[in-house]
Amino acid sequence: MNAMTEALRPYTEGFKAFASTHADKAVWLKDLRRDAFAHFTAQGFPGERDEDWKYTSLRPLEKRGFVSTSSVPEQIQPGLLEPVLLREQPAYQLIFINGRYTPVLNDAVNRISGLHITELSQSLQQDARGLQTWLAPETIWKRDSFTALNTAFLQDGVLIECDAAVHLERPLQLIFVSRQQPQPSACYPRILLRLGAHSQVTVIETYYGLEGSANFTDSVTQILLEDSASLEHLRIHRESPGDFHVSRVAVDQQHASSYTSHTFNLGGLWIRTDLQTRLQAPQARTVFNGLYAVNGRQHVDNHTRIEHLSPDTHSDELYHGIIGGHARAVFNGKVIVAKHAIKTNAAQSNNNLLLSRGAEIDTKPELEIYADDVQCSHGATIGQLDEQALFYLRSRGIDAQSARGMLVEAFAYRLLERIDTPELRAYAARQINSVLPGLATVMEPL
Amino acid sequence: MLSITNLHAKVEGKEILKGLNLEVKAGEIHAIMGPNGSGKSTLVHILAGREGYEVTAGSVTYLGKDLLSMPPEERARAGVFLAFQYPVEIPGVNNVYLLKAAYNAIRKQRGEPQMDAMDFLTVVKAKMQFMGIDPSFLNRAVNEGFSGGEKKRNEILQMLVLEPRLALLDETDSGLDIDALKIVAQGINELRSPEHAMVMVTHYQRLLDYVEPDVVHVLADGRILKSGDKQLALELERRGYDWVLAEAAA
Ligand SMILES: Nc1ncnc2c1ncn2[C@@H]1O[C@H](COP(=O)(O)OP(=O)(O)OP(=O)(O)O)[C@@H](O)[C@H]1O
Ligand SMILES: [Mg+2]
Repeated sequence: MNAMTEALRPYTEGFKAFASTHADKAVWLKDLRRDAFAHFTAQGFPGERDEDWKYTSLRPLEKRGFVSTSSVPEQIQPGLLEPVLLREQPAYQLIFINGRYTPVLNDAVNRISGLHITELSQSLQQDARGLQTWLAPETIWKRDSFTALNTAFLQDGVLIECDAAVHLERPLQLIFVSRQQPQPSACYPRILLRLGAHSQVTVIETYYGLEGSANFTDSVTQILLEDSASLEHLRIHRESPGDFHVSRVAVDQQHASSYTSHTFNLGGLWIRTDLQTRLQAPQARTVFNGLYAVNGRQHVDNHTRIEHLSPDTHSDELYHGIIGGHARAVFNGKVIVAKHAIKTNAAQSNNNLLLSRGAEIDTKPELEIYADDVQCSHGATIGQLDEQALFYLRSRGIDAQSARGMLVEAFAYRLLERIDTPELRAYAARQINSVLPGLATVMEPL
Repeated sequence: MLSITNLHAKVEGKEILKGLNLEVKAGEIHAIMGPNGSGKSTLVHILAGREGYEVTAGSVTYLGKDLLSMPPEERARAGVFLAFQYPVEIPGVNNVYLLKAAYNAIRKQRGEPQMDAMDFLTVVKAKMQFMGIDPSFLNRAVNEGFSGGEKKRNEILQMLVLEPRLALLDETDSGLDIDALKIVAQGINELRSPEHAMVMVTHYQRLLDYVEPDVVHVLADGRILKSGDKQLALELERRGYDWVLAEAAA
């Protein structure tokens, strides 16, 4: 008990300070935050006995004692963001530094026709009624400490609404920058995204750590896709070697809507992401693609959950993992087919490449099927670089390191092939290439 | 060019090569025949530098250098090429990408400039046509989903592009239809010259009808038991290997 109280103390102190500086007039908001924080302290951080956290220990996070980010962050040079900025095609870009929106690029994002972007701190004041249902604790992750914590500190983030039938030509990129602070700090961004019927949008959520950053991001992204809306969603994790991140993405899909997620976990020290979608009406389809490539002492945990709640819904999931050094990866993919969700089609596959003896993967696909007349498949593999292929390449004059690189790349590129737009594929390739050479050079024999 | 002296080698503790001697001069084509499991693939794998073999005695010199001390890629860059008995499928690695990387690695070793992508493509396309390989194979993954014969043709295509000084062909003729055999033989003859040497492992006389060997060897029980000219191959076709073994035992 004492240890837990101790672990929660920085958050308790942070919340006190936060509540006094954000003494909002809106009673509902004050209550929401207070309830959420009470919820968080009552539950504490998930423990080892929590099945959802079986392979990911909270100890490293608890030990850090992250304080709340309070100071208003200064400007940064846009050049610092070059590695993660989408340059392959014109894009709208919003920059958040340690969770807070910061106009860095002077982007004309507020003048995109059909798209309404509001800083969350503003919309919390203006649009109380519209937001309350979205933010009510029972709507998502109600038993999740990290969502509760995010809700307690609700302030930073963005509300994005797309009008019906709008096809946004340029991707919208949200860049969350983790920047070194006097003390390792926590931030709590919230992204709310609603696509109107028949609209079509591409969003890139990028988490990027600048040199020396060692912060904690507790992010929550909520997405609502109305009838026939279509979202392509890239998520790039390139945090610093000292950064922590717990990321929640919850999608709700209406009739014939289409959601495609491409997750690239390439950085950070300790990363947990939970991606979930609920297919609420017929012909809704979802694609989850993911690549985690970790090295050194990194820990990355991907939990995904696809709920087929209506007949005639489709899902397709492919995650690849590349694990080197003493890194550890966790994959848990749950597919649930509700009782009446007949004619569901669900395919899931998780393949892992272990590059060193110290690397570790725990993978667990889970199918829960309560309906008849469904087509579901799942599978997981764990392997090493193919020795025969390595020799074949070397016998053609390719040096050992390049040969390893070619095989690792080939394994990773399976995920790039699943991005349709050439520009986005090139962007993702550039992101992947920031880590692959490092992974391929592991000389440690297996 | 290649000089193998008293080579002994073990696999998983079991002695496979038991004092093998072989001399190959530039310009020569040698055929190696022998019963299944006699150590033919083991020999060419050791020459190409595959791991998992323990050389317990003997030496191999190639162009005056100690071949066995070189890693596989260095041997390739020095002009050694192995056409695999079972070419490896490599999903996700593009056929032409591998060819180009291999080609440029070898050129770099020779101190020659890298070839421009367009020029390279022209060269490769011409050789593909020569080998009767459809251009669509350029952009397929290395050997992935290739038929047995297509894999063998692809090996010879690589050989023609890389122009090795010493080509080791491990049963390249096995699994080929009659037309493909002629094409593969044409490919081999294409490379034949006073500077190039080849060692062809084969079970059949048929290939030797199209590619005339200078020397034919019988490899059995881990050694070269008998050598002769192409007449030896004809005799083996008629009489099998038992008489060679009996002769050696006598
Ligand atoms: N990795 C291995 N482990 C155990 N035994 C092996 C291994 N590799 C080869 N051998 C054995 O070594 C012997 C020689 O094999 P090799 O492949 O060289 O024969 P070969 O002459 O090429 O035969 P074939 O004509 O059938 O291709 C065989 O008895 C084989 O089983
Ligand atoms: Mg063999």
